[in-house]
Formats: sequence, C-alpha cells, structure tokens
Amino acid sequence: MRALILVGGFGTRLRPLTLSRPKPLVEFCNKALLLHQLEALRQLGIRISLSHEKEPLGTAGPLALARDLLAEGGEPFFVLNSDVICEFPFAALARFHRQHGGEGSLVVTRVEEPAKYGVVVSEADTGRICRFVEKPRVFVSNKINAGLYIFSPGILQRIQLRPTSIEKEIFPAMAQEGQLYAMELQGFWMDIGQPKDFLTGMCMYLQALRAQHPEKLHSGPGVVGNVLVDPSAKIGANCVIGPNVTIGAGVVVEDGVRIKRCTVLKGARIRSHSWLESCIVGWSCSVGQWVRMENVTVLGEDVIVNDELYLNGANVLPHKSIAESVPEPRIIM
Amino acid sequence: LKAVILIGGPQKGKCAGPAGRPAAPGPADPPFCSAGTRFRPLSFEVPKPLFPVAGVPMVQHHIEACAKVPGMKEILLMGFYQPHEALSRFLVSAQQEFKIPIRYLQEYAALGTGGGIYHFRDQILSGGAEAFFVLNADVCSEFPLQEMLEFRQRHGDAHSFVILGTTANRTQALNYGCIVANADTQEVQHYVEKPSTFVSEIINCGIYLFTPAIFQHIGDVFQRNQQELVLEESSNGWQRAEVIRLEQDVFTALAGSGKLYVYKTDGFWSQIKSAGSAIYASRLYLNQYSKSHPERLAQNKPGGPVIRGNVYIHPTASIDSTAVLGPNVSIGEGVTVGAGVRVRESIVLHGASLHDHTCVLNTIVGWDSTIGRWARVEGTPSDPNPNDPYAKIDSETLFRDGRLTPSITILGCSVTIPAEVVILNSIVLPHKELSRSYKNQIIL
Repeated sequence: MRALILVGGFGTRLRPLTLSRPKPLVEFCNKALLLHQLEALRQLGIRISLSHEKEPLGTAGPLALARDLLAEGGEPFFVLNSDVICEFPFAALARFHRQHGGEGSLVVTRVEEPAKYGVVVSEADTGRICRFVEKPRVFVSNKINAGLYIFSPGILQRIQLRPTSIEKEIFPAMAQEGQLYAMELQGFWMDIGQPKDFLTGMCMYLQALRAQHPEKLHSGPGVVGNVLVDPSAKIGANCVIGPNVTIGAGVVVEDGVRIKRCTVLKGARIRSHSWLESCIVGWSCSVGQWVRMENVTVLGEDVIVNDELYLNGANVLPHKSIAESVPEPRIIM
Repeated sequence: LKAVILIGGPQKGKCAGPAGRPAAPGPADPPFCSAGTRFRPLSFEVPKPLFPVAGVPMVQHHIEACAKVPGMKEILLMGFYQPHEALSRFLVSAQQEFKIPIRYLQEYAALGTGGGIYHFRDQILSGGAEAFFVLNADVCSEFPLQEMLEFRQRHGDAHSFVILGTTANRTQALNYGCIVANADTQEVQHYVEKPSTFVSEIINCGIYLFTPAIFQHIGDVFQRNQQELVLEESSNGWQRAEVIRLEQDVFTALAGSGKLYVYKTDGFWSQIKSAGSAIYASRLYLNQYSKSHPERLAQNKPGGPVIRGNVYIHPTASIDSTAVLGPNVSIGEGVTVGAGVRVRESIVLHGASLHDHTCVLNTIVGWDSTIGRWARVEGTPSDPNPNDPYAKIDSETLFRDGRLTPSITILGCSVTIPAEVVILNSIVLPHKELSRSYKNQIIL
C-alpha cells in the first residue's frame, strides 16, 4: 500500500518557526513532525511516495499529480495532512475501508469547537457520511474531519490536475453518492499548525506517552509531571521543570530555572533564574537571566533575549535581539 | 546659627486656605506644603519625612548636612504631625548620632511655609541666633549650606536673605518658583511661584538662609491678612490670617527690594513628591556616597552577593551570595534576600523577604512584605530625560486618558506576593495577600 502526505503549504500559521524550516521538519516532542507520521506508516509496511508540486494544488490536486504512483497496484492508498498529530490508526482504518467497500474513508474526531474545521454528519451504525460541511457557521455536529483518509483508486477519476480543495469540492459529492465513510478516532488528536495548538498537542502527546511508554519520560529532582528531555540536554541545579515540557537536543538549562508547558528546541540556552510558561523557544536561542516569558511567546531561530526582560505573548522573528520587555502580545519583526 | 526643617503633616490634600482664597490644591498652592496623598500607600505607615531614602530617613540627609556647618547650634523640625512614636525615636537616635540638639515643634494647624516659622520665631531666635537656614524636608540635595553662608558674605550684607536656586529646563521651570536675578549681583529682581508662562529657568530649591529680619517681613504679611479678613467676616478668620506662604506672600514682595539674593548651584537637586521620585533621590544620594562616604556602600567580596553600581545594604540584612543587586538599590533592616534574586533600581524596606529567583525592578517593597519564588515585581521608572542636564523628575499624574500611568510598583506594608506571578506597574495597598498576577492596577 502507499501513502501520500500533503506537505505543500507555506506553514504560515506556525511562523516564525516555519521561516527557518519547512513545517514537516519542525520537531514536535523531539521528533520531526513528518517522522511521527512516517514511523506510524512504516509499521504497516507502507511505501511512501514523493510528489513535487510546482504550484500550489490545494488539498486534492496533489493526488492528481501523483495519479500514476497512487493507482499502481490498484490498492487503496492513505492521504494525510501534515499538521495532524494523534495515535495514528492506520491498520484499523485499512480494515474499516475494506469492510464497507466504498470509495473513501476518513477519520473523524470529537472536538469542542467544530466550527474551525470540516464537520461530518454520519450514520451511527455504518459510519456512512450523509453530509460534509466545511467550517459551518451554525452547529451541525461535533465530529470533525481529522485529516487522515484512505481512498480506493477510483477517486482519482474525480480529481483534475488543478488547484482543488478535497474538502469543499470532492467530499460533498462523494457523501451525496454514499461513497464516503467515517471512522471515529480513539485517543487524542490535535492540529498543531499554530503555536497555541502546538503546545496543547504537546501536552496531549506527553500524556499518551505516560500511559504507553513512561520510561521515555524524564524523572528526577525538580521534575514535575510529564517531561521529555533529550539525553544530550543539560539541566542545572535547583530547577523545576514541568509539567508538560519538551527539552530538545543540546539544550542547556542553567541553574534556578522554572519551565512549564513549553517546547525548547535544539541547541537553545535558558540562562539562570528565568521563568517560562507556555512558550516555544526556537533552535539556538539564548534566553537571558531573570527573564520571564509567558502566554504563548514564540521565539524564532537564533533569537537573543537580554537579561531581566518580560515577554508576554511575543512572537519574535528569527535572528532578532530583544532588548526591551514586551508587556502586551505583539509581533517583533 | 540654627536650622529649621519643615516636615509638613498628614494632609488630606488641602492646606488651610490663606486669607481670601479657597482651600483647594492647584497651581497657586505653596509647592512644599505637604499634600501627602501622593506618597500613599507608603505614607500610611510612616510620615513622609521619615521615609528611607538611600538607607536612612529622608530628613536625616538634611540633619547631617546641617550638623556639618560650623557654628550650627540647634536643629528644629517643624510640622503639624501629631506626636508619633517613630518621630520621637528618630529624634533621639539622630541627636545621638550627630551630637547636636534636635527638637520637634508642632504647629497647631497647617500654617504654610512662612506661618510656622513666624509662630515659633521666639524659639528660633532664642540664644541669639544671627542667622538660620530653612529647609523643606521633601527635597533631595547636596545642601551647599556653607557655600550659601560664604556667598552671602560676598554678595549681600549681614541682613540679606539667600534662596538656593538651580537651573531647570524651560518647560519644567513652570512647575516651580521662578527667580529672575541680576547677573552680576545675584540680587533677586523678580519671583513668581509656578507661573503659567515662562519667566526664568532658575528655580527655587526650597532651601533658604534668613536673618531675624525676615520676621519683620512675614509680620507685615500677617497684618495685611488680618486687615483683609476684617473686611470679609469669616468665622475662621484668625486661623487663616496665620497661614503665610513664604513663596507667594514674602518672596514675591521682597523681589527687587535689594534684600533677597539667589545662590545658584549646579549640585544635584530633586523634589521628592512621589514614590518614583524617592527611588530617583536614592540614586542621587547613593551616588554622593560613592564620592564622599564610600564606606556606606556595599562592596563586592568573596562569599557575598554580586554588587553592581551603588548599593546600600543595612548591616542586619541577610543576602544570599548568588543574589545580584544594583545599581541603585537600598536594602533595609532585617531584610532577607534568597538565592538567585535580582534587584535593580529599587528600595526594599525593613523586614521584607525576597524568596529565591525573584526579580525586582523599579519597585518599592514595603515593610515586612514577602515575594514568593520566581515572582517578577516590576515598575516603570519616571526618570528625567538623561540627555538634558537640567531636566527634573516629572510630577506625573496617577491617571492619564482614563488609564493608570505606568509608574513605579509599590507594595504597601505586609503585602504577600505568591510564587511565579508577575506584578507590573501596580500599587498594592497594605496587608494584601495576592493570589495571581496583576498589571497596571491599584489593588485595594
């Protein structure tokens, strides 16, 4: 079987991190986003195709571009959005798809605020989808399109080689014809395309890790809750780290630092006595002494924050030097 | 030679009105009448003149400067505070330290900057004083008193009066008493208190050198007031006649008469009206210590905290060796500072406790307050423009455009700040126990 991972976008919502790296290569819980998906697919022995769009083709066009690769062998193929993190149910999805024999299956998950996503209304017993509404303005259902699909090759006849939205143009027609089925996801799900959700997703992932592979989490003096630390990172004395913290490779955390609900990417340094909550610290950043950062402050690659500053919701582009506090949320160009 | 230090009293924001004028605060009010509300909540605990600046009560700097002048026989503190335990204790310890008699003369009501000295003129002149200084307590200065005496010998005669003046910039001069002087003789030709248009950049520092003859002039004002009141028929007339303001009532009249001179100084000078100006004044005095009394400042030594710039630490304070203090920090009696604490541009009053890893910037930490681990307590300085040598600290308004103006953060006495919060540009009233972060707020 084959899988197609849609990695075409500019990743603008995850800026400033995506100014330095393509989004699939941004590390989520110390592993490149793409690698999370590839590792899950590899367990099924899936062969992965590469398809290069010369112009943006939307969410369906790429399938047309890769038509020959995907149709080869006549087997169903997976399609994944690259922003999605969850306990990937590929084996169960393949089984579900073969059972109902329809043209397409998508994974749905229950969320609190469905209006931000594609909403799915389906029959409870069969899972056949009756309606598919993208970003509805009134409440339709609390189950949304989780961005993981499996299709039979027949779908390729529906898609032309031009920018096409699979959610708006292809799915509604398939739903009407009764060819689209929904499988409900077990476990956590998050679209980590923006910093706030990136951090929420991190908390969910670490919680799942605690349940399944607790030995991978960090423990020791000063560690609270779920904390993931790369073996090459160094943490100083009198720190309190966690809950919900990811520390990347080669990171240095000096003495007396308090970190909660943060991701610290590779090579960054957090100097002594600082306090961080709900932040993403980009690769090779240097955060000074006695700095306070909170409220989804995101530092792009190689940002320097001077000593004794206060950053509240600052979104800082790469290679900047911050010499003044940012008391209210702001973008620093 | 004697000195009188005017310490004001616990005002509710208004002085008893002088004859014929409504008693409302405004530009025409005497500049040094203690409308004490601007020093709240710090003035709830201690009279403003006793508030510590650079480690010692505000008025101790005045006393030390007066006691140094040869021939100084006695220092009189004059105000309308009720007898107060802190004040009495201070008087006792100051007398012991400076070895000069110091007394407190309590006015029966707020009598203005001239009314008090007029009322107590016999006490001031007793023992045959030839001259006496009058100093306002809420100023911070180099106190060039000896220079003022020498200046008077050179320029005036034994009966001249001298005002200490300094230079302000054109805009800010309007907030003070403005002095126009003859360039050669330094005689005061014209004096206006807080004019609305530009008159002069030379401003009144609130420090004067008088002879007994001044009482004649003050007496004239008193007579005039009484006569006006007779025409006015008011039940409190006698009290208001005795309210005399040196600046508006006496200096304005003496200007141009050949009796009043101004001694201009380039030394440091600032008013101390608000908490922000207390931190600024501390910086000026600590800077003076670095030149004249370096033994009073903390030094870097092995096993001790890191000291940057000028820092005062009371001998009973307990500071962790990993703390970093300064510049411009005063640590009071019995204060504890934990590991990895950073304090900059702040005053920490006695008994306060700063727990590990806290960061305290541009803040006054009240007596016996506690700041929890990793908390950040920060204010916004209101310093004068450093590029203008004549700029003075602004007397800022509390609110502007309906919002609290960012200013020094003040924690009243016995305030508790929990761990890991941020307190920014806020004023916390005494005995408050906070449970979360606050920004740009007054917390009652």
